[in-house]
Amino acid sequence: MSGPTPAGTWVGALFARELRLSVRVGGGALIGVLFFLAVITVIPFGVGPDLNLLARIGPAVLWIGALLATLLGLDRLFQADRDDGSLDLMLMAGRPLELVVLVKCLAHWAGTGLPLVIAAPVLAIFLNLEPLATGAVTLTLAVGTPALTLIGAIGAALTVSLRRGGLLLAVLVIPFSIPVLIFGVSAADAAITDPTPFLTPFLFLCALTLVASVVGPFAAAMALRFSSD
Amino acid sequence: MAIADLANPTRFMALSGRLLPWLGIACALAFAAGLYMTFFVAPDDYQQGATVKIMFLHVPAAWLAMMCYSVMAVSALGTLIWKHPLADVSARAAAPIGAAFTFLSLITGSLWGKPMWGTYWVWDARLTSVLVLFIMYLGLIALWRTVEDPIRAGKATAVLTLVGAINLPIIKFSVDWWNTLHQPASVVRLDGPAIHPTILWPLLVMALAFTLLFFTLHMMAMRNEVLRRRLRTLQLGAASARTATARPQAAE
Amino acid sequence: MRLIAENLACDRGGRRVFAGVRLSLESGAALVVTGPNGVGKSSLLRVLAGLVQPAEGHVAIEGGDDEATPGEHCHYSGHLDALKPALSVAENLLFWRAFLSAPDEPACFGLAPCDPEAALERVGIGHVADLPAAYLSAGQRRRLALARLLVTARPVWLLDEPTAALDAASEEALTELMRAHVNAGGMVIAATHQPLDLDPVSTLRLEAAT
Repeated sequence: MSGPTPAGTWVGALFARELRLSVRVGGGALIGVLFFLAVITVIPFGVGPDLNLLARIGPAVLWIGALLATLLGLDRLFQADRDDGSLDLMLMAGRPLELVVLVKCLAHWAGTGLPLVIAAPVLAIFLNLEPLATGAVTLTLAVGTPALTLIGAIGAALTVSLRRGGLLLAVLVIPFSIPVLIFGVSAADAAITDPTPFLTPFLFLCALTLVASVVGPFAAAMALRFSSD
Repeated sequence: MAIADLANPTRFMALSGRLLPWLGIACALAFAAGLYMTFFVAPDDYQQGATVKIMFLHVPAAWLAMMCYSVMAVSALGTLIWKHPLADVSARAAAPIGAAFTFLSLITGSLWGKPMWGTYWVWDARLTSVLVLFIMYLGLIALWRTVEDPIRAGKATAVLTLVGAINLPIIKFSVDWWNTLHQPASVVRLDGPAIHPTILWPLLVMALAFTLLFFTLHMMAMRNEVLRRRLRTLQLGAASARTATARPQAAE
Repeated sequence: MRLIAENLACDRGGRRVFAGVRLSLESGAALVVTGPNGVGKSSLLRVLAGLVQPAEGHVAIEGGDDEATPGEHCHYSGHLDALKPALSVAENLLFWRAFLSAPDEPACFGLAPCDPEAALERVGIGHVADLPAAYLSAGQRRRLALARLLVTARPVWLLDEPTAALDAASEEALTELMRAHVNAGGMVIAATHQPLDLDPVSTLRLEAAT
């Protein structure tokens, strides 16, 4: 009965449900931003309050904070649905699981990734970033964090049956997120110091997000199917 | 895990049992030749002196680290597409060996780096890529060890291995790009066209010896893994020899 | 329509749970799966639902939608209720209706889906529709899970211990729902220790082999 369904209805319902869950009680939307804030606050205690130094490493610090906040918030992406039996019903319904994963990732990003992007300009003030640099970091985060969510979904699907999969998820996924980090920070840096053009790494970053939006859902869906056995 | 599952591994055990001694001998001979050539044929570098000989361990180890991942990627395809029982065994046996070669490559690279760069670690593109590969190996092994059911663990790691195979070129490319951005001068160039035969031949023989070593170890590890699985099947059978059979009774 | 399973075998964690199970069920009939604990009743239902691949044998639907897998003809209600405590009762139900249903379903199986409000009334929790599901008692959660079966039409109901957490009155109401489904031409396969007051009902007893 999957044939002639207009995809819009169930996709919209799934997106709305995921978004509602992430902003309501027990959802992780605000915790991610709080974690981001905590990480950024800790950095000056580690490297010292030198504003010039902070301005130089600011984009990298914001990116690493966003990376950690994204990855650590992903462990419940599929696990919550597995624990209460929803995942079984989703697997049975005959909906393309790749699309289900993609919609869940987008909703998760809208619930937890987008607040990080919105918070980034505020946190950039703490790190003494120029307005131009702030804009560049925010733009690269907006383009790059969906890739982190989509890549992280693979780890979330692989660790779906594990009680304490959060750390393992981060270990599995961090190698794959290195390219995103490299091009994200490079693009942001290029906007401040200009030996390299901004557009080259930025377009690479866009490409990585597009690749992740294909590889992530396919691999995660494959892992979820195997986990149901 | 029934009879069909053991049929193939049984043939494998018989075949590998006969092959293994010969492989071991070939490996030992290749190492003898390779080490002799390394120490007595290959010349010292006019700048680096004898430390250049680390290269004859470092470069084959790095090659093997890559080759081992390819073996795992092919095995992962075998697990997911053809569902071959030995493919999973092969991938699982290859992972620790690959991690060991990667580690060896990192250690030798670091030891070679000390006289060359004056420090044990440089964020050189090559070393950094190998470090990322090492983390990926450890992640795969960790995933194998945390998922309890071996069949499910095999499938999960197969997915991750393939994702890694897609991502490795991207990671390599981005690390190279990052490296040229931060330190423009390339430090070592081994792949130049003018590599002298007195260096090339020992290197090739050592690479052959390492490859043979890999296949020997891999085969031994696969045999162990097959035995380990048989043992598990036997233990499970002993724990509960309970198999239900059922027939529906007629509707009343 | 007919649900057929041939020579099913199932492995869990490298252990053969059951083997050689065959069953055949016509439209408008019910099947009770009984047997001691650990004999594979839940696994059998999960195999029928397509959630677990059988080690041997296969499941087929005759006279159903050829485009869909047998699992897509089934409602599955297991030990877990698939409810989100943070969502309200109505939100939970409406999501599953939107996710599971297709527009041409009534024509497809000759079974009419129920209106969400009516479904909640039928299972007796119409008065809590706007409350968060977190406030429900175990029995009410169970009933909400059963209301999901009513709002989208599926010819086969796979029920794993459906009477768990239900009192006598609710059990009677559940039996009534199943009877209505069977009378409308649906099928019910329930794994339970309780006898089911349905007609016609057959029994599949899974025995632990020695």
